[in-house]
Amino acid sequence: MSFSLLTPEFIVERNDERCIRCQVCVRQCANLVHMYDQEEDRIVADDSKCVNCHRCVALCPTRALTIRRNPLEFKENANWTTSAIREIYKQAETGGILLTGMGNDRPYPVYWDHMLLNASQVTNPSIDPLREPMELKTMLGRKPEVLNVEDGKVKEKLPPQLKLEIPVMFSAMSFGSISFNTCQALAMAASEAGVMYNTGEGGLHKDLRKYGKNTIVQVASGRFGVDVDYLQAGAAIEIKIGQGAKPGIGGHLPGEKVMAEISQTRMIPIGSDAISPAPHHDIYSIEDLRQLIYSLKEATDYQKPVSVKIAAVHNVAAICSGIARAGADIIAIDGFRGGTGAAPLRIRDNVGIPIEFALAAVDTRLREEGIRNQVSLVCAGGIRNSADIIKAIALGADAVYIGQAALIAIGCHMCQKCYTGKCNWGIATQDPNLVKRLNPEIAARRLINLLHAWTHEMKEMLGGMGINAIESLKGNRLMLRGIGLTSRELDILGIKAAGE
Amino acid sequence: MLRYEGKIRIPSGCAISGIMNKKGQPFPGDDIIKSIALMHDRSNGLGGGFAAYGIYPEYKDLYAIHMFYDHEGAKADVEMFLNQHFKIELSERIPTRKVSSIKNPPIIWRYFAFPRGDKLAEAGLDESEYVVRCVMRINSDFEGAFVVSSGKNMGAFKAVGYPEDVGDFYMLDTYRAYIWTAHGRFPTNTPGWWGGAHPFTLLDWSVVHNGEISSYDANRRWLEMFGYKCTLQTDTEAITYMFDLLIRRHRLPLEIALTAMAAPLWDEIERMEPEQQELMISIRAVYGSALINGPFSIILGCKNGIIALNDRIKLRPLTAATKGDFVFIASEESAIRTVCPRPDAVWTPMGGEPVIALLEGVEDI
Ligand code: SF4
Ligand code: SF4
Repeated sequence: MSFSLLTPEFIVERNDERCIRCQVCVRQCANLVHMYDQEEDRIVADDSKCVNCHRCVALCPTRALTIRRNPLEFKENANWTTSAIREIYKQAETGGILLTGMGNDRPYPVYWDHMLLNASQVTNPSIDPLREPMELKTMLGRKPEVLNVEDGKVKEKLPPQLKLEIPVMFSAMSFGSISFNTCQALAMAASEAGVMYNTGEGGLHKDLRKYGKNTIVQVASGRFGVDVDYLQAGAAIEIKIGQGAKPGIGGHLPGEKVMAEISQTRMIPIGSDAISPAPHHDIYSIEDLRQLIYSLKEATDYQKPVSVKIAAVHNVAAICSGIARAGADIIAIDGFRGGTGAAPLRIRDNVGIPIEFALAAVDTRLREEGIRNQVSLVCAGGIRNSADIIKAIALGADAVYIGQAALIAIGCHMCQKCYTGKCNWGIATQDPNLVKRLNPEIAARRLINLLHAWTHEMKEMLGGMGINAIESLKGNRLMLRGIGLTSRELDILGIKAAGE
Repeated sequence: MLRYEGKIRIPSGCAISGIMNKKGQPFPGDDIIKSIALMHDRSNGLGGGFAAYGIYPEYKDLYAIHMFYDHEGAKADVEMFLNQHFKIELSERIPTRKVSSIKNPPIIWRYFAFPRGDKLAEAGLDESEYVVRCVMRINSDFEGAFVVSSGKNMGAFKAVGYPEDVGDFYMLDTYRAYIWTAHGRFPTNTPGWWGGAHPFTLLDWSVVHNGEISSYDANRRWLEMFGYKCTLQTDTEAITYMFDLLIRRHRLPLEIALTAMAAPLWDEIERMEPEQQELMISIRAVYGSALINGPFSIILGCKNGIIALNDRIKLRPLTAATKGDFVFIASEESAIRTVCPRPDAVWTPMGGEPVIALLEGVEDI
């Protein structure tokens, strides 16, 4: 390899007094940073390969390791920042597009952090969730505008609904982009918590079919693993049009990762690249989408809600109105901070709009058109905690998808190197030695704990607002006040400023 | 600058009371004034009002449109609009008496009218929908004008002041009605606008309400999908429209509409028989945005009777009583006993459990 101008991004610091030469780090780092020098009885590190995933740090028994950002600095320059310069070096050396993993990490405003919640004082009592019932149960799916009741009975049955114990689901992550153990943990946690996980576009492994009641099966442009059994295996079907991290482009699972299990699940030959095209080649317009929605409904006897997932792009409100009219029961909108297993850096960091605006615009638009009942809205893309969820629901969402938060719960350290396939945490990898690091039972328990904790927090926030059922928060924008926002931003979000 | 109701949302506490004769025999307004006056301390002089049913027998087939005007210009504009859309049989000032504590009244007027046949046919709407749209138009598009009530053989009388003074001001002792409801208001902050007082009405629905609903914006934004304009930003207005939507437009049976507003808990639903369960799940799914959350007690009046309802965890007081042909409902038992010292039965309804009192011989609301 020729001489590289790239200096290490991180430096690995080892406290030699603490190091007992156990070589755990040597074995744990799939990036081969650590090496044992037998002659000198020392462990040395090649800093340049470190991605700062903390695996070695967390497993070092004597806490001898620290990873630091390399203090080496370029001459200060507001335009030519370190990353701007480094990216050019990389491209000049490789001639390739820059890849990355996980969601947009640029310092764009996080609008959740510019919205504050209300609480009751005097005129309206707050409700104590430890003493009073507090309901988070959520139903996703098309609702008729009017309920026809005759002699105390419903005349027409409700269209199929997804019943969630709490308004949170695990986002689409395919087997291929994540390991089997991760898929299994998500499935187990979803079924214990009474929510849904989503297969992503990678098909459904036969061993996970038993979690069908809590599974949303995805149909994406590559149609990997899609047959009628697959469609019938889940509780709902999701057509993936786009993804927040890479709106407008498809996916690519390199052939090396397509080993036996993935090949079987995706229904493609071993070792072949799994390329999902940018658009669905049978959907070039909204009418085409309608056809696919109804083909899927036909295939499943109108027993399952059909969701359509799109990336939050400029014209999202009009697009969602079209999707609702095309017959979707659920629309999932993925904001520009949505995660990914692999995406071109420039796309991830520059395409799409914040989910907060997209959600507000869509909810407003569907209400203006009087069709908000016809679909449920699920919002995704960078939801970090229970407060984000409560704010999303107050803006107009029915439920949220969490992806990155779920992976962090099971050990992801946001190193953003998922695309390398060398995830030291056993998540974004197919390497059997790495995959087995993730114990599905333990991971499922951590996910359930996370949902449990958030459930309590959401109940506390709801009770504080004097609300005891989540549906009374949906679209209840008076419960939000903006802080540090322009009046234009407030208008788009449809909320007042703090103090108003 | 202080802003009027409608420009700003104002929370308030309150007193409510209602009296009805089940045989439809009219009686004067003295008792309802006495009942609401007893709860004087539950209001603060910034709003009081009454709804009365059966007061205009001689015009019982005409819409009685009660109006407030801030100035003559508003009156002229609205009258032009009314003349275009209605045939007006009688237009007159609503009689009032001087009461020292009631200050700065607007122009208070009433019209007895029915929709013009040609306009109605042109609009292609049924009569009540036509009237509703006209009311919405006036309230949202005519500055300085406010429709106080618009039902047949009924009327709302309200003002800034204590309710007993409001009753005196409107000379309610001279009217006879078979249903009276009353309201005393305790707004936490208001420039004192007459339109903001209760009851709030639409067609012959009237609502008096005590509480501050925390689901307001969820309810409002849902109602607005069906063409309602919540110009006042009050809970009462939203609740009134909710009844109109669920019962008149969606034709839901009364109990179903009430269930939607104060739905059973999911835990209770889980224990129900399958058929009942399906019904409840459907109601909660379809009418989730109609669930009224937070503390409230309301009395809904209409030509066929009154209905009282509490929030589902009973965060506001509400007591009911019967005596002979009379039904009483009030925030406090004392407000019933002051006009009916020895009722046949007195009870405190459970949270979410409605009290439905209909005229004899009437099947549904
Ligand atoms: S890549 Fe991870 S495991 Fe390897 S040295 Fe860096 S922090 Fe440690
Ligand atoms: S999933 Fe693994 S590779 Fe991806 S960001 Fe997390 S720790 Fe890094």
